[in-house]
Amino acid sequence: MTVVERREIALVDLLDRLLAGGVVITGDITLRIADVDLVRIDLNALISSVNAQVPSPFEEVSR
Amino acid sequence: MTGLRYVYAVCRPFGTPLQAQLTGVGGDPPRLLPHHDLVAVVSHVPEADFAEEPLRAHLEDLDWLTAVARAHQGVIDALTTVTTPLPLRLGTVFRDDSGVRTMIEAREESFRRTLDRLEGRVEWGVKVYVESGPEERAPAPPAPRPASGRDYLRQRRTASRAQDDLWRRAENFATRLHETLSECAEDSRIHAPQNPALSGASGRNVLNAAYLVPRTQSEEFVERVDRTKDGEPGIRVELTGPWAAYSFAGEETSGEEER
Repeated sequence: MTVVERREIALVDLLDRLLAGGVVITGDITLRIADVDLVRIDLNALISSVNAQVPSPFEEVSR
Repeated sequence: MTGLRYVYAVCRPFGTPLQAQLTGVGGDPPRLLPHHDLVAVVSHVPEADFAEEPLRAHLEDLDWLTAVARAHQGVIDALTTVTTPLPLRLGTVFRDDSGVRTMIEAREESFRRTLDRLEGRVEWGVKVYVESGPEERAPAPPAPRPASGRDYLRQRRTASRAQDDLWRRAENFATRLHETLSECAEDSRIHAPQNPALSGASGRNVLNAAYLVPRTQSEEFVERVDRTKDGEPGIRVELTGPWAAYSFAGEETSGEEER
């Protein structure tokens, strides 16, 4: 299987890896933007912003 | 102005040049920055977008994040065809080339160890979904109109029992699948289930796992996944990859990585 044959990767699969995986560099010499907590927070913000636009499929729970 | 340095990955030096037309984050072609026996793959990015404050703000902008994520992945994919890259977390930015060199120098032992561990391996993603239960599907199956309250309750009970049964089967299925796949993988990671609102996938994600597999055994791994795909009604298996080993880029040595 090659890269070319692959269909476009779902964004959520990509973010699973790019925001939760990869080496986290936390040295003083970096701008210190890559630490895990920040990424978690931003991903949560992202999910809630998406949720605001797309109604949740589990709405019925709150009868 | 020369901008900041966005680092995609660290690799061993490789002989094959990257595709000439490859563009990275912000449209800047990825460049190789060798240091000792390692190479950092970097793009020059504008300070206006990638300094700490603007980057923090941008990360909450889904369109911006999507563009950067796709560009980042494009470069990692290109690297994967010529070497085994060690990917860095999205948004790893340094002031200048010498900042990147200092970072490599501080971590070169660990980079080498991890690169050795990942050499020739790829990551496969496997997700298991439980399809929505019958009562959530539309249109509803032509159940006979309940003649009485008791009939109605009986129908509800049957439906909810069917759903409980499906969940139990899905749990067993996912556990067995994970065991089977772990046998032919060198390592595995369980990620948090994906949020259906973000993924747009139907059904509920009950297993979201990553497996580290030697390239040479990838075919066998994929066949193993394919074989499990039929036969379990209401349960769906999805395979993604091959990926660079994003989920296995952390050091194994620190105790917490083991969890």
